Amino acid sequence: MTRYSFLEVAKNAFSAHKNWGRQWRSPEPKPAYDVIIIGAGGHGLATAYYLAKVHGITNVAVLDKGWLGGGNTGRNTTIVRSNYLWEESARLYQHALDLWDGLSQELNYNVMYSQRGVMMLAHTVHDIQVFKRHIHANRLAGVTNEWLSAEEAKEFCPPLNIDKNIRYPVMGAALQRVGGTARHDAVAWGYARGASAMGVDIIQNCAVTGIRRAPTGEVTGVETTRGFIGAKKIGCVAAGNTSVVMAMAGLKLPLESNPLQALVSEPVKPAFPCVVMSNTIHAYISQSDKGELVIGAGTDQFVSYSQAGGLHITTHTLDAICELFPMFRRMRMLRNWGGIVDNTPDRSPIIGLTPVPGLYLNCGWGTGGFKATPGSGHVFAHTIATGAPHPVNAPFSLDRFRTGRLIDEAAAAAVAH
Amino acid sequence: MLLISCPYCGVERPETEFRYGGEAHIARPADPSQLNDEEWAQFLYMRTNTRGLYAERWRHAHGCGRFFNAVRDTVSDKFVCTYKAGEPKPDLDALARASQEKDAR
Ligand SMILES: Cc1cc2nc3c(=O)[nH]c(=O)nc-3n(C[C@H](O)[C@H](O)[C@H](O)COP(=O)(O)OP(=O)(O)OC[C@H]3O[C@@H](n4cnc5c(N)ncnc54)[C@H](O)[C@@H]3O)c2cc1C
Ligand SMILES: [Zn+2]
Repeated sequence: MTRYSFLEVAKNAFSAHKNWGRQWRSPEPKPAYDVIIIGAGGHGLATAYYLAKVHGITNVAVLDKGWLGGGNTGRNTTIVRSNYLWEESARLYQHALDLWDGLSQELNYNVMYSQRGVMMLAHTVHDIQVFKRHIHANRLAGVTNEWLSAEEAKEFCPPLNIDKNIRYPVMGAALQRVGGTARHDAVAWGYARGASAMGVDIIQNCAVTGIRRAPTGEVTGVETTRGFIGAKKIGCVAAGNTSVVMAMAGLKLPLESNPLQALVSEPVKPAFPCVVMSNTIHAYISQSDKGELVIGAGTDQFVSYSQAGGLHITTHTLDAICELFPMFRRMRMLRNWGGIVDNTPDRSPIIGLTPVPGLYLNCGWGTGGFKATPGSGHVFAHTIATGAPHPVNAPFSLDRFRTGRLIDEAAAAAVAH
Repeated sequence: MLLISCPYCGVERPETEFRYGGEAHIARPADPSQLNDEEWAQFLYMRTNTRGLYAERWRHAHGCGRFFNAVRDTVSDKFVCTYKAGEPKPDLDALARASQEKDAR
């Protein structure tokens, strides 16, 4: 692997940048591996990276039915924050936030992590009470989050309309200054490049179609569109398709898969300084470094694997955007798309063991898992390598749906990002 | 937006008149006090979440207000049929085969 540096850029300039090497290998699958990861999204690739980096397990394959990063990793609106309500969540998302800090250096890959601040708008008395409760809970958990009046919110984000005579006037906001955005594709590519350099095989266009088990119950490998591949340990990180993959091992999960949509506008000069979210009126917005407004909508109400949602959902979001930011009323939208998100009943992820020996599970990130990518991969690698959860992911077991120890973030964020 | 046909009203209406009710044919336990934790988890939380034909509940919230069931393909989002609450669950495998044959023709 070529280490990227100023010198390399200068050297490659002499050959008009035509001779840069490939960022990762594209090998044929071996007959067997120590660990197979199903799903080459950010979470799966990060898991493989930390398995090799932290635990020295390099005989690993990451399989994907499509191209790497083509699932929700490449479809999300890239909001990163850690101001969740419960202690367990605060610890998990803060663990990720700490890893984001040095990620570009760690991967020698610019993930364009930008801590421009994430501001969540309050439009009702109920919103104010809930946000203040969050702020207090966060402060006790050592997570930064602060309350702004409507005027302070406008100062932080000048395009915001704080007129009292709009349908849902802004009554204040919760601001996490260390929150922000990162370049989603770069996160997947950076982890893929790093993992591949340490010996991990990333195998694209290889759909898992079955999970083979020994008569005694433990996993022995996976059937794929490119033949059988053996492994004693399998980690499933398939996001919206998790129920489908786990059914291959005879497991039924507490998940529902729903479409979630986003859209981008034509690119314009820098006009929007931060990330603004409004759960109450289902809208969130930021501006990418290319200049496009990146806008996220809500989920469709029904189970679907279509990767496309209803147009009335995006229309509803644009109504809200136009009212909150009148200066965007005449912007043209260029593209919209959907991703399939896997929602749990308590809107918290599941990271841990399953009743099937050798089969590990990382799913349920729903509408808001991009922000957790580094932390999720880090603790899941620990879980697979040692056969037991890391203290940070121990509360996020599948078993919590039997014991009743749910981590209820559902009320915490109806749209959630 | 989906177009959904309510089996009570006998009309096709836009999705915004309806609320989704999740997977259908999950029977409430007859004797709740006899259930152990595992059985409660199955009843409350575990769902087949099928990729393909799925039996699900809908409520005609802004119409007759009643719950009914539907079979829908969760990949194309097309409805195969809707039917009244209490009617038996259609044979999903047979429906899937029938729709495959129709596509082949
Ligand atoms: C529109 C939208 C906006 C979002 N906005 C945000 C946001 O602002 N902030 C945030 O934190 N989160 C956000 N999210 C959520 C976030 O995108 C996800 O939680 C996160 O990216 C999940 O990463 P992953 O690696 O687990 O899944 P994915 O990237 O979806 O990867 C799963 C992979 O598994 C593969 N796979 C599935 N089945 C098989 C099989 N049978 N065999 C082989 N491979 C298989 C898929 O091809 C896919 O590549 C958003 C999601 C969407 C859709
Ligand atoms: Zn009706």
